[in-house]
Amino acid sequence: MSYLPKPKLHHPKLPTNAIGLTRRDYEGAISTLCAGCGHDSISSAIIQACFNLSLPPHRIAKMSGIGCSSKTPTYFLGNAHGFNSVHGRMPSVLTGAYLANRDLVYLGVSGDGDSASIGFGQFAHSIRRGVNMCYIVENNGVYGLTKGQFSATSDWGSVAKKGAINTDQPIDLAAIAVQLGATFVARSFSGDKEQLVPLIEAALVHEGAAFIDVLSPCVAFNNHPGSTKSYDYVREHNEALNKLDIMLRRDEITVKYAPGEVTEVTQHDGTILRLRKLHEGHDPTNRASAMHHILDRKAAGEIVTGLIYVDPEPSALHEHLGTIAGPLNALGDADLNPGIDALESINAALR
Amino acid sequence: MPQPITATNDFVVKFANVNGSGSASANGLFARSILRMGIPIASRNIFPSNIQGLPTWFEVRVSEAGHMGRRGGVDMMVAMNPQTWDRDVAEIEPGGYLFYDSTRPMPRSRFRDDITVIGVPLTEITNAAYSDPRQRQLFKNIVYLGALSALLDMEVEAVQQAIAAQFKGKEKLVPANFAALEKGRAWAQENLSCPIGLTLKRADAVGDRIFVEGNAAAALGAVYGGATVCAWYPITPSTSLAEAFEKYCGKLRKDPETGAKRYAIVQAEDELASIGMVIGAAWNGARSFTATSGPGISLMQEFVGLAYFAEIPAVIFDVQRAGPSTGMPTRTQQSDLLSAAYASHGDTKHVLLLPEDPTECFEFGATAFDLADRLQTPIFVMLDLDIGMNDWLCEPFKWDPARSMDRGKVLDAAALDEAKSFGRYLDVDGDGIPYRTWPGTHPEKGAFFTRGTSRDRYARYTEEGAPYVDNMERLLKKFGTAKSIVPRPITIPAKQPARDGVIFYGSSSAAMHEALAGLEADGIHLDAMRIRAFPFHDDVAAFVAAHERVFVVEQNRDAQLRTLLVNEEEIDPARLIPVLHFDGTPITARFIHAAVAQRASAANILPFRKATP
Repeated sequence: MSYLPKPKLHHPKLPTNAIGLTRRDYEGAISTLCAGCGHDSISSAIIQACFNLSLPPHRIAKMSGIGCSSKTPTYFLGNAHGFNSVHGRMPSVLTGAYLANRDLVYLGVSGDGDSASIGFGQFAHSIRRGVNMCYIVENNGVYGLTKGQFSATSDWGSVAKKGAINTDQPIDLAAIAVQLGATFVARSFSGDKEQLVPLIEAALVHEGAAFIDVLSPCVAFNNHPGSTKSYDYVREHNEALNKLDIMLRRDEITVKYAPGEVTEVTQHDGTILRLRKLHEGHDPTNRASAMHHILDRKAAGEIVTGLIYVDPEPSALHEHLGTIAGPLNALGDADLNPGIDALESINAALR
Repeated sequence: MPQPITATNDFVVKFANVNGSGSASANGLFARSILRMGIPIASRNIFPSNIQGLPTWFEVRVSEAGHMGRRGGVDMMVAMNPQTWDRDVAEIEPGGYLFYDSTRPMPRSRFRDDITVIGVPLTEITNAAYSDPRQRQLFKNIVYLGALSALLDMEVEAVQQAIAAQFKGKEKLVPANFAALEKGRAWAQENLSCPIGLTLKRADAVGDRIFVEGNAAAALGAVYGGATVCAWYPITPSTSLAEAFEKYCGKLRKDPETGAKRYAIVQAEDELASIGMVIGAAWNGARSFTATSGPGISLMQEFVGLAYFAEIPAVIFDVQRAGPSTGMPTRTQQSDLLSAAYASHGDTKHVLLLPEDPTECFEFGATAFDLADRLQTPIFVMLDLDIGMNDWLCEPFKWDPARSMDRGKVLDAAALDEAKSFGRYLDVDGDGIPYRTWPGTHPEKGAFFTRGTSRDRYARYTEEGAPYVDNMERLLKKFGTAKSIVPRPITIPAKQPARDGVIFYGSSSAAMHEALAGLEADGIHLDAMRIRAFPFHDDVAAFVAAHERVFVVEQNRDAQLRTLLVNEEEIDPARLIPVLHFDGTPITARFIHAAVAQRASAANILPFRKATP
């Protein structure tokens, strides 16, 4: 049985939010991901953000594709409708859902395999269309469910489990989102809740295409050029894991660092990520400078985190299309059927 | 030389033009002028997959008797394309007529002895009257229209009315066109003997019928069917369907106070995204559709499987063209039947609707949304290029004002409140159709996870065998329910008791009716059945059982409907005789007549008992 419902026992003194719900009301089923997976930290951040915003869970549509990350919507917002679509095609399903009912909150959860490879086109087009959504990529730079192949965000020179070296350049989804016209672009780290929770909150209430690239270490992602020191050890270790078919239990990685600072995060495999938290002086409303900053820091071997770009006056697809204010799915016969007189005049024009 | 053909209100004129020369407008005027004289016509565009320069044809069948299919053969060829001269001349019936631009005289060897050649110096006439090159080209078409109107004894007022209607809103263009028309008429009247053997005479045979293309009709059906979301990607021959939907919605679907749209149309980045948006919108309770063709159907397969398995409504208009692969993008076929009926991997079966003409495109265009909601599954409306992109004279659109949308089994908040427990995939009513609820309906009840992976009746993910089998069997049961609610087949009994039958569908219908009349005149009596949907109604198996052999007429190489009949109804293949036309042109009455007669005579088909008086 792969579905594990969580018992609904609340501590009577759990704090409630503005609509009287506790944090537990935003939870989902028990996660079946590997212990220590960064994705679980992101689920936890989503739960916290929705609780903080007092969003009614049933008014959130949680959409995903296929992959480890796309399994996560099961583990949060149990009272929200979920849609686990096909690989890489979550953005179109989300777009359609949004077209039908603009009044729900759309949370798209995807992975780097899902969004940067098979779904790269749909990722790009949903962003450039201005779909009102919070699109989170849980980016671990690897295919987890199929056990360790490179993804399109894997770093150049990364070494795969079986020794293959990645000779393809990585795709920087945040940089691309900035370029595609996203009105909200952020990057964060799964273990940095202090940074991530407010970013998710902001993205959820942002009235336009909001994208967050969240670096999320994979406990099974064992080979990376940054870990040259521990490479042999890690490889040996992996083989042992495969034989036993278990995953070592790891602790969740957390970090805390101040704006403007660079921090080094050692992943489960010994890999080191250099994260630079955007300086308070960074102007996130300038698309060109945001782009420049990402590329500039990348050249220095750093990954920029924080709110990279935001359009303070965003607009979304429904505005662009000029549709009515309410949900289209609420329209009835009287609103939709032009009636027989109109049909008769169409007939007459065709004679 | 045989006698020149003489016929009134019953002949075929074919125009051979160069794509991009502006001839479509003049040819359309020719067709509409005849309609204005009360004479039914059936017209077909035969055009290349190209913007400019390649050969294009426009065939007009004049038929006071009202035959709307292609007959086969050409009585008069208007040969305006030197590139295709030889084949165009060869296509003329013995005793027929060849109309051409005689500005540069052709050697006698380029003509035929058994036809009447009519030369009009079109280039000379237009060059003398116009100096602008574009005007010369465009008005040359109107000049030949004028000459033809004189040769066929067409009422000039009818042509003028057609011109006035065509330029509605651009009235300043009307006098110039009238003048060009007159130049052609005058030249023909002065220099030729008018009329020729083919003549037009005012009749009263059009009635209140309308002249419209199937794609526009289907789009209007989607408007009346309550579709609010359209996601599409351009592909011939379906593009005009989405464009017509946009046009009709623009006129009929705006909020009267704010002018805001009560619809959303997105031109997606590809077919995969189109169907994804359709599914997302339908999941969220909007009626949504896409329009595509065979290559698009191929791309949509994965998502169609998801919609089938996760039980999400979707309407897909498939305007079929000649495949496989890119095939012949601008030629017609009925060759997507199997790929639509069994779209996607795993065990799937989908509902297909098979309209015969634009009237039915409208009707099925609306019905498809009721069926999709009722059955919570993808519905394919199978048009083809012939119906979709040609103007057909057909019955006017009708709508029952008492009719309302059937949204199927949707639980609202009140229903969920009353419900003890909600099982998304429970077969509560025994018809295989579960209840659904739209996202956002109820704060505590009804939320579930939609997924393409296996789950139990309560939508909980599971890979256990028993719930999977339970679900798959329920889906079959649902498909069985569909049998009784899709459009029923229509039976046309022979005038005498018949031992054999014929089954046909879709755009073959018009030619089939004419072929049946012709066969009957030859003493070959066949009961006929027009199939209008898949799954097949029980009437279909009963019809086959009641006949020794049944001809199955279709426009594809592999007898796809026959395969479906054999597969789904377990009919002995030997009893189903395929009659197949698949060269990309619309099937003709002559083809069906000849193909059936050949096989029928071999089987010595005769009434086996006398008709009861």
